[in-house]
Amino acid sequence: MSDIALGLADPAHDSQRLFRTLLDAFAHPGRIVSLTEGLAGVGSLSPAATAFLLMLVDRDTPLWFSPDLDSPIVRDFVRFHTGAPLVAREVDAQFAFLTLRRAPLLDGFAIGTDLYPDRSATLVIEVPSLVGGPPLTLRGPGIEHQACVGIAGLPASFVAEWSAHRALFPCGVDLVFVAGTELMALPRSIAVES
Amino acid sequence: MPDTVQQNGHGEGAYNYAYLDEQTKRMIRRAILKAVAVPGYQVPFGGREMPLPYGWGTGGIQVTAAIIGRDDTLKVIDQGADDTTNAVSIRRFFARVAGVATTTRTEEATIIQTRHRVPETSLKDGQILVFQVPIPEPLRMLEPRETETRTLHALCEYGVMQVSLYESIARHGRIAKTYNYPVLVNGRYIMSPSPIPKFDNPKLDRNPALQLYGAGREKRIYAVPPYTSVKSLDFEDHPFEIERWTECCALCGSTESFLDEMIVDDTGKRRFICSDTDYCQERQDGQRR
Repeated sequence: MSDIALGLADPAHDSQRLFRTLLDAFAHPGRIVSLTEGLAGVGSLSPAATAFLLMLVDRDTPLWFSPDLDSPIVRDFVRFHTGAPLVAREVDAQFAFLTLRRAPLLDGFAIGTDLYPDRSATLVIEVPSLVGGPPLTLRGPGIEHQACVGIAGLPASFVAEWSAHRALFPCGVDLVFVAGTELMALPRSIAVES
Repeated sequence: MPDTVQQNGHGEGAYNYAYLDEQTKRMIRRAILKAVAVPGYQVPFGGREMPLPYGWGTGGIQVTAAIIGRDDTLKVIDQGADDTTNAVSIRRFFARVAGVATTTRTEEATIIQTRHRVPETSLKDGQILVFQVPIPEPLRMLEPRETETRTLHALCEYGVMQVSLYESIARHGRIAKTYNYPVLVNGRYIMSPSPIPKFDNPKLDRNPALQLYGAGREKRIYAVPPYTSVKSLDFEDHPFEIERWTECCALCGSTESFLDEMIVDDTGKRRFICSDTDYCQERQDGQRR
């Protein structure tokens, strides 16, 4: 147990600051925000993914990790700090942590129902960098005109996959891309063009 | 209790920071993110008992408590005024349980909790407007069953609302609804803008600030992200119009703000003054300089 990394030093205030940063990202899709509460990444998780986990996950939120992020270190950390149930099937997860190696990226997660579109998963996706990738244009709520992003490592199939996924609106998953301490949100309401 | 009482709420035996426990805040924060992701959709949440009655802003207070931090500056208005009972007590509540700075100046505030008005002063990117909502369901007066209204939202079947507006035209010659005027958010969900006067509806459209709506009794949270289309429902031959006054504000002379009508003597003499006290005061100060 002594191997478990520390959580937030000051949970009430740290998680509040982290959440406001995350809310800013959700309210402005494509905006790159920095989650800086001095956290190190746990296992293969980036510091931003770790911060996300500590701020929003608890025993009410089933979690799923893709095989390349899953490890005893991560599991012990999650159990100790959050008490969240770890589920074997993607569809049972409220929060899922994955990498771009998963293909197709968005399949298999809970997307909610027409009556309850909120019963859907939020995907935290580890990427090499939030800049320098293929240029994409985002349009939709939270964006004044359009936002240009370049998420590194995003597969060429992403735009088509997201468009098909977005046709299910208001159902769908919300994406959070993380790299190091940085984060960018892509809620289901946003249209993506290459 | 003076406004200046500062305690971080972390002392032994005290409440958690910002009154709500951390688990509750996480639950509300998750609901807020869903609300932002699906603009106008009412996200159910586990509303808590708050130390004031339903109808006094329990939903708005829970949303504010879940987002507020020590760096924030809070403004609270009730019908546009900073100095009314509801506004004063909520402002003191957060000064006490969250140790935040409070203000009456719209441009200084990072969070503005409001009952029934949108400030006249334009809001900026980064500000958050928290609405207290009594009845979140815009279709409730037309269809009392929650199972039905939920289905109507799911199917985007809003004919019943257009019919009610048409009936208003048939009866009164115009759409007679003056507050809680229904809006279509992002072209998808019909939303209750809470009982703000329809005068404020155009301010919701493509506003740079984030709008969060909290309904405590019915335990719903919904949101309008910045720069999101918010269209007041109307007909081509009966376009949406806001209230106009022939008078101006008796205190600041504004002809552009929402005016309250006051009866000032026994003979029924009337005066009109701005509903937004901060806007009115700023204008008066500017004229004195």
